[in-house]
Amino acid sequence: MPEAKAREPRRARPVPTPETQFFWDGARAGELRLQRCRACARAYFPPRPFCPRCASRDVEVFRASGRATLYSYVIHHRPAPGFTPPYAIAVVALEEGPRLMTSLIDVAQTPEALVLDMPLEVAFERLDDEISLPVFKPALERS
Amino acid sequence: MKRPAVAIVGAAETTELGIVPHLSQLQLSADAALNALADCGLVPSDVDGVATAGESPTSVAHYLGIAPTWVDGTAVGGCSFMLHVRHAAAAIQHGLCKTVLITHGQSGRSRVGAGGFGFSPSSLSGQFEAPYGVAGPPTLFTIPCLRYMLDFGLTHEQLAMVAVVQREWAARNPRAMYRDPITVADVLASRVIAWPFHLLECCLVSDGGGALVLVSAERARDFPAKPVYVLGSGESVETPLVSQMEDFTTSRAFRVSGALAFAEAGIGPRDVDHLMIYDAFAHLPIYGLEDLGFVPRGEAGRFIADGNTRPGGALPLNTNGGGLSYTHTGMYGMFALQESVRQLRGSAPAQVPGVRISVAHGVGGMFAAAGTVVLTNEAS
Repeated sequence: MPEAKAREPRRARPVPTPETQFFWDGARAGELRLQRCRACARAYFPPRPFCPRCASRDVEVFRASGRATLYSYVIHHRPAPGFTPPYAIAVVALEEGPRLMTSLIDVAQTPEALVLDMPLEVAFERLDDEISLPVFKPALERS
Repeated sequence: MKRPAVAIVGAAETTELGIVPHLSQLQLSADAALNALADCGLVPSDVDGVATAGESPTSVAHYLGIAPTWVDGTAVGGCSFMLHVRHAAAAIQHGLCKTVLITHGQSGRSRVGAGGFGFSPSSLSGQFEAPYGVAGPPTLFTIPCLRYMLDFGLTHEQLAMVAVVQREWAARNPRAMYRDPITVADVLASRVIAWPFHLLECCLVSDGGGALVLVSAERARDFPAKPVYVLGSGESVETPLVSQMEDFTTSRAFRVSGALAFAEAGIGPRDVDHLMIYDAFAHLPIYGLEDLGFVPRGEAGRFIADGNTRPGGALPLNTNGGGLSYTHTGMYGMFALQESVRQLRGSAPAQVPGVRISVAHGVGGMFAAAGTVVLTNEAS
């Protein structure tokens, strides 16, 4: 595919598996979807069709609130495909418990602007017709 | 302290270390193996057990002309060789083999005959970490550290001191890649790689290898070098995704592996004379000191900054200079083991006086795996 080769290098694109398809379907629809165990009521991530804590297969998909706090991050100062340095690579703690690696948008990519535990909310960055990535931005006033 | 059943009788690194573009990865592995076998007066045909990571044990056995009855290809990253020592000790005691060769060769810098680093875009890493601009270990291994710094008050200066102290050890090692003294100011003035990490807080990248030969403790006396006995060992894994660690301020794999090794050896941290903690990045010795129980939680940064691990300190740590200054081929664990053996034989360039017990602790992946080996030069 010479046409694709000529393009700017793009960020790595996830390829869903049967077990993770619901997550990417949700992201495409603008929803952050997680799974929860009906037996022990815990939300978990990454996706799998059973509870990693109690092994129950009685699990359900639900729409997460999208609210999170900044758990940790680095600010990468070297180039990577699809990114202009310096940029943050972050891990956020979702309100429901699980943590996600993500990008931070609508905020300066500096240690001064990125304060651990700051409130964040989910947004979605469209890569193509199939894949949108959950990313996070500073939360507006909480109700 | 228990009576050890298995010993390391041969140990050596590759003839050349650092930048070795004229040797393939497989040949580096073989060079280390031949050196370790020569160290104990053996040849490949004497070996009946083979363990390696990076290359397959099949490739290494065939290349060296070995027909093994026991193989171990456990490959969980840079600590794989600690796990090989543990598995080999069990195999020898169980009678599966008598003479085990554990070898490592890696063309980490020159990439001669070396495989790629890529992973599948449908793996969990490919789906849930790679799209966010990760670019190898400097962006992944480092990501927990800021959380630790905030929760425990670790300062940038204390983190930098890890690199400064290890350079003091490296200055005493002729084979260390970087030997010139550095200061905290030098570290903090070096290029930012992935904030809060500067260049001098990241391991170097090199070519090289090392190998070990293990036999039963009864046979160990028949070999020329002073035996180094395997007193205890541990292993564990946590997660292939650093973002999914249970707690960013402590490694579960470190804790599990370390506790197993100490329990089997029948010793505690206070019995340890010399310590190696795999340092791919400057925060790793801090996590290791705490998770292995040498220092209470949150105090390792100050412990190092106060000079406890430097030459002449109470707990000599990473006495070859570590991955930060000595060498780092990609899977550094073998070099930590080599330095423990040298210290116990009394042959280290930066020899610590009177070492009787040494611990080598390795990490694999980005806090994904751990292996710990307790070694001694006393037969009982």
